[in-house]
Amino acid sequence: MPTPVITATDLTKKYKDFAAVDGISFEVAPGESFGLLGPNGAGKSTTMRMVGAVSTRTSGSLNILGLDPDEHGPEIRSQLGVVPQADNLDQELRVRDNLIVYGRYFGIPRSILATKADELLEFAQLSDRAKAKVDDLSGGMKRRLTIARALVNDPRILLLDEPTTGLDPQARHILWDRLFRLKEQGTTLVLTTHYMDEAEQLCDRLVVVDKGTIMAEGSPASLIRDHSSREVLEVRFGSDRNAIVAEKIKDAGDRVEVLPDRILVYSANGEAELTKMTDAGLEPITSLVRRSSLEDVFLRLTGRSLIE
Amino acid sequence: MTDADRGSSVSRPHDENLVTGEISMGSIRHIALAGGIRPRRWGSWYIAEHRILGMRAYLQTIIATSIGNPLVYLFALGVGLAALVPQGIENGDATVSYLAFVAPALLATAAVTVAAEEATYPFMMGFKWNPIFYAMNAAPISGNQIANGMFIAILARILPTTVIYFLIMVGFGAVPSALGFLGILTASFTGLAIATIVASYTSTIEEDKGQMAMIMRFGITPMFLFSGTFFPLTQLPVFLQWIGWISPLWHGTELGRVLAYGLDEPAWLTAVHVVFLAALVIVGWKRTQLAVTRRLNK
Repeated sequence: MPTPVITATDLTKKYKDFAAVDGISFEVAPGESFGLLGPNGAGKSTTMRMVGAVSTRTSGSLNILGLDPDEHGPEIRSQLGVVPQADNLDQELRVRDNLIVYGRYFGIPRSILATKADELLEFAQLSDRAKAKVDDLSGGMKRRLTIARALVNDPRILLLDEPTTGLDPQARHILWDRLFRLKEQGTTLVLTTHYMDEAEQLCDRLVVVDKGTIMAEGSPASLIRDHSSREVLEVRFGSDRNAIVAEKIKDAGDRVEVLPDRILVYSANGEAELTKMTDAGLEPITSLVRRSSLEDVFLRLTGRSLIE
Repeated sequence: MTDADRGSSVSRPHDENLVTGEISMGSIRHIALAGGIRPRRWGSWYIAEHRILGMRAYLQTIIATSIGNPLVYLFALGVGLAALVPQGIENGDATVSYLAFVAPALLATAAVTVAAEEATYPFMMGFKWNPIFYAMNAAPISGNQIANGMFIAILARILPTTVIYFLIMVGFGAVPSALGFLGILTASFTGLAIATIVASYTSTIEEDKGQMAMIMRFGITPMFLFSGTFFPLTQLPVFLQWIGWISPLWHGTELGRVLAYGLDEPAWLTAVHVVFLAALVIVGWKRTQLAVTRRLNK
């Protein structure tokens, strides 16, 4: 691996006695797309703020682009693009002005910013909204503008905290497309998400985080391979019967998970498990065979669902 | 590659090298160190620039109040109320017209009102309603620079307000002394003192439960009434005069009077006015920097 652009070792952030981030270690290579996957409150955003050099760590070491954020916060931030969880565009300014004003923070001259802003608006598919008020943009447009703003300084690392939370499916896909282009251009992406499809789409490698610690690390495919089966059979027998049936099929497949509304059977061959079940006289109300996802990995690792 | 693709890609000269490893970490470190130079040096001014641009959103209100306020107040008090005080106000062995007496107070009040306005909602907004302070801080701008930039922008709004006010005062014949124009600076400085003290508090407000309305109603308005604005502070019973002594507005008003018509007061007292206001600016500014920095670093 080339020299990492981010190296965190035993990174910890405590608020009084509560450890929001409890000694996590990871490295991110240049050009890599790295994800932190975990439920709300897992410590992802806190980690992002420390990596973003705006939140001081309690202990551990952190090195970004060869610099320590405690001493070189502004220098590190001059090379980062940050897309926060909640949009913080300036609603008093027009769309294009938001980009120009933000570019000034990096010391970029206005003459360069004028061209840059137009280029970014095109990238974000917002050229026709350049003079619009931020308030008049849809959620997806605001998100794209926030990403465009984060690119104004040609960042070496782009930090995205829950980039598509709250967006409709179409807006999410447009955004993924834009992020994918950046990834193709070689931008290092670090993103947090609690959507496993997003992590699977965008991340080369990710860590599963829960309660401030790292539960597992690897590529989406390797995490699924290591912590789950190839397929999953989902069956529903009705909420009052699920538990009774689960007892009868507890040895099915590699493993059985009982959720409040359904039973998951982990197996290399979901169809075969379903046939066995029906042969035994157990007829589910609904059944579905699907490939394993990161959601299953998370369930396996923590015993909890990602979105609760 | 289609034209559309070309158009939507962002030029990023360094990345190709970064991926192929042609740029060493040492070079990247140097580039980052260089990237911090301008923001460290000019960051406060960038914030001021941003904030002044934001004021364009309510520019019409700013212009209307800057011109309307002095006209209304000077006419009502300096001309209307002054008719009830034909003998004027004592100033040592002489007297001064009520218009000349009240005008410096109104000038300082105008600065204080603008300052209080800009030190309340914009700070609350920056942290909460339209949290741009976090966006600024995610760029290479520090909490201290955000506070500095906000105060520079507040001054940039106060100064034209006081200049316009002063010109209208001159138009009303309310400035007997040639040194009166310096009152623009003392009034603005008084405004800055209020801005820094108020902002050091508003920067800490997590939830607006009416605190800002309280600042206006129980802070700024009573200060306006008890700072020797309409009558000399000595007219108040002694047990109420302390309100004036701790009021930045009183100190600012008295300074303005010294300059506008040569208020008869000992030199040491004039010095106290300056020192008092300067102390407030220093303490308020520093405390605001601390509050903003602390709040951003969570």
